[in-house]
Amino acid sequence: MKTDSEMSKVEVGKKYVISKKIDAFFIDLYNVYTFILRFFREAFSAPFEFKEIINQCYLVGYKSLALISLTGFITGIVFTKQSRPSLANFGATSWLPSLISIAIVKALAPLVTSLIAAGKVGSNMGAELGSMKVTEQIDAMEVSATNPFKYLVVTRITAVTIMIPILVLYTGFVGMMGSYLNIHKTELTSFVAFFKSAFANITFLDIYASIFKAICYGFTIGVAGCYQGYHAENGTQGVGKAANTAVVISMFLIFVEEMVIVQFVNAIR
Amino acid sequence: MKDKTIDNEIVIDIKNLKKSFDTLKVLDGIDLTIYRGENVAVLGRSGTGKSVLIKIISGLLKPDSGTVKVLGQEIDKLSLEALQELRMKIGFSFQNSALYDSMSVRANLEFPLVRNKRDLSKSEVNNAIEEVLHEVGLSQTINQMPSELSGGQRKRIGIARTLILKPEIMLYDEPTSGLDPITSIEINNLIVKVQQEYKTSSIIITHDLTCAKTTANKVTMLQNGKFPKIGTFKEVFSSDDESLRSFYDYNFINDK
Repeated sequence: MKTDSEMSKVEVGKKYVISKKIDAFFIDLYNVYTFILRFFREAFSAPFEFKEIINQCYLVGYKSLALISLTGFITGIVFTKQSRPSLANFGATSWLPSLISIAIVKALAPLVTSLIAAGKVGSNMGAELGSMKVTEQIDAMEVSATNPFKYLVVTRITAVTIMIPILVLYTGFVGMMGSYLNIHKTELTSFVAFFKSAFANITFLDIYASIFKAICYGFTIGVAGCYQGYHAENGTQGVGKAANTAVVISMFLIFVEEMVIVQFVNAIR
Repeated sequence: MKDKTIDNEIVIDIKNLKKSFDTLKVLDGIDLTIYRGENVAVLGRSGTGKSVLIKIISGLLKPDSGTVKVLGQEIDKLSLEALQELRMKIGFSFQNSALYDSMSVRANLEFPLVRNKRDLSKSEVNNAIEEVLHEVGLSQTINQMPSELSGGQRKRIGIARTLILKPEIMLYDEPTSGLDPITSIEINNLIVKVQQEYKTSSIIITHDLTCAKTTANKVTMLQNGKFPKIGTFKEVFSSDDESLRSFYDYNFINDK
């Protein structure tokens, strides 16, 4: 029987195989691997924490809505404004809706939403769980016969994995609306004509790929935030480090995943 | 409070318990037997590993060797499910109270109850919360957040949160640390009250001799990973052991 505190965490030994830092890197990879395995094992075994998942969905989704709306809207306007002069040089401003929709649906909406969520939600998870860890609240939960991993980690990762795709669709819509308002003001394009033109070059594969990307990014943000927070140590300094590392790692992994998924989607297109 | 409620039934039985962290031997062959209804205080200087002992008993840490039987079950041989079942009979009061910051006092008390006794009605849950709050004398704090409570109140709510599951064993980690003398006395009285009313057996980890003297039937002191002597307060501190004597003297206890 392994206690919860001892689960999914292996420490670097006193004798190094290669060097302390390289050993720590591979051990960390192994710890993340066991952490993810444990997530799947606990996510699909009863009892299920539906109430807490809904609560976390509310915190991740609804509480991020204002920020996501603003950034999505501004992204749509700015990207339209920046693209217009280049297209105007070729007399191709009628292509603006298509260009904007390709950019927003395929790349900007998933990336902008996930990066904002990494900053807002990922750091929050790292700090919250880290603070609970260093003040023994996680231990308190464990000794009161509650599985803290299931209650704190599984619910958060599940919620962020569900909510990021929804937020991505929402960001895409808001971004397109921002773009439409700018194009309507400048080129007097109608709402129907804008969206007809915008979706002429978008396929279902593009939308599915974006949703798939969003699921991967959401899962990454959840795992990075929860892993860092759940294993925080060294008091308040450790809490800050957990929040910071969660953001840096999830942002880095989001770009790596973006590159891999784009290659994969282009290969099957 | 002495010995009226102590039974012959063993609730915690520790044999040759060893635990090290790297090269530091924290527990080096501990033997301890606790009977039903008995309070045992484990004294010792800060950093000697007193808290490690109760963390092993509650299954938060794994021993390197030796056996720890709680209510007849060997703690490190239990499955996670069996351990969770057993933990419902063990209350753990943390040194810094470990109240859930994001929850009100009511939610803190409700949390272990609704998760472990899912068949309870809303009114039964409310009654249980009101009862334990009354026991610790803090009924008025029910809707407050932990950040609004004083150190002593947080300790009491921490104890109330463990009492709500009606445990058979209580583990107190430094219950009076960081408290003023009057609040410490109130906490000591609460520990005795819990022992008498809930018929609990307890381990009280402390470096406060007044707390040990007031609350415990037996005391011992952790030194170099061992318990050199276990007995009543008088037996332990009237011995010729130099380190026990100096620990006693430094605590300025006058009523020898």
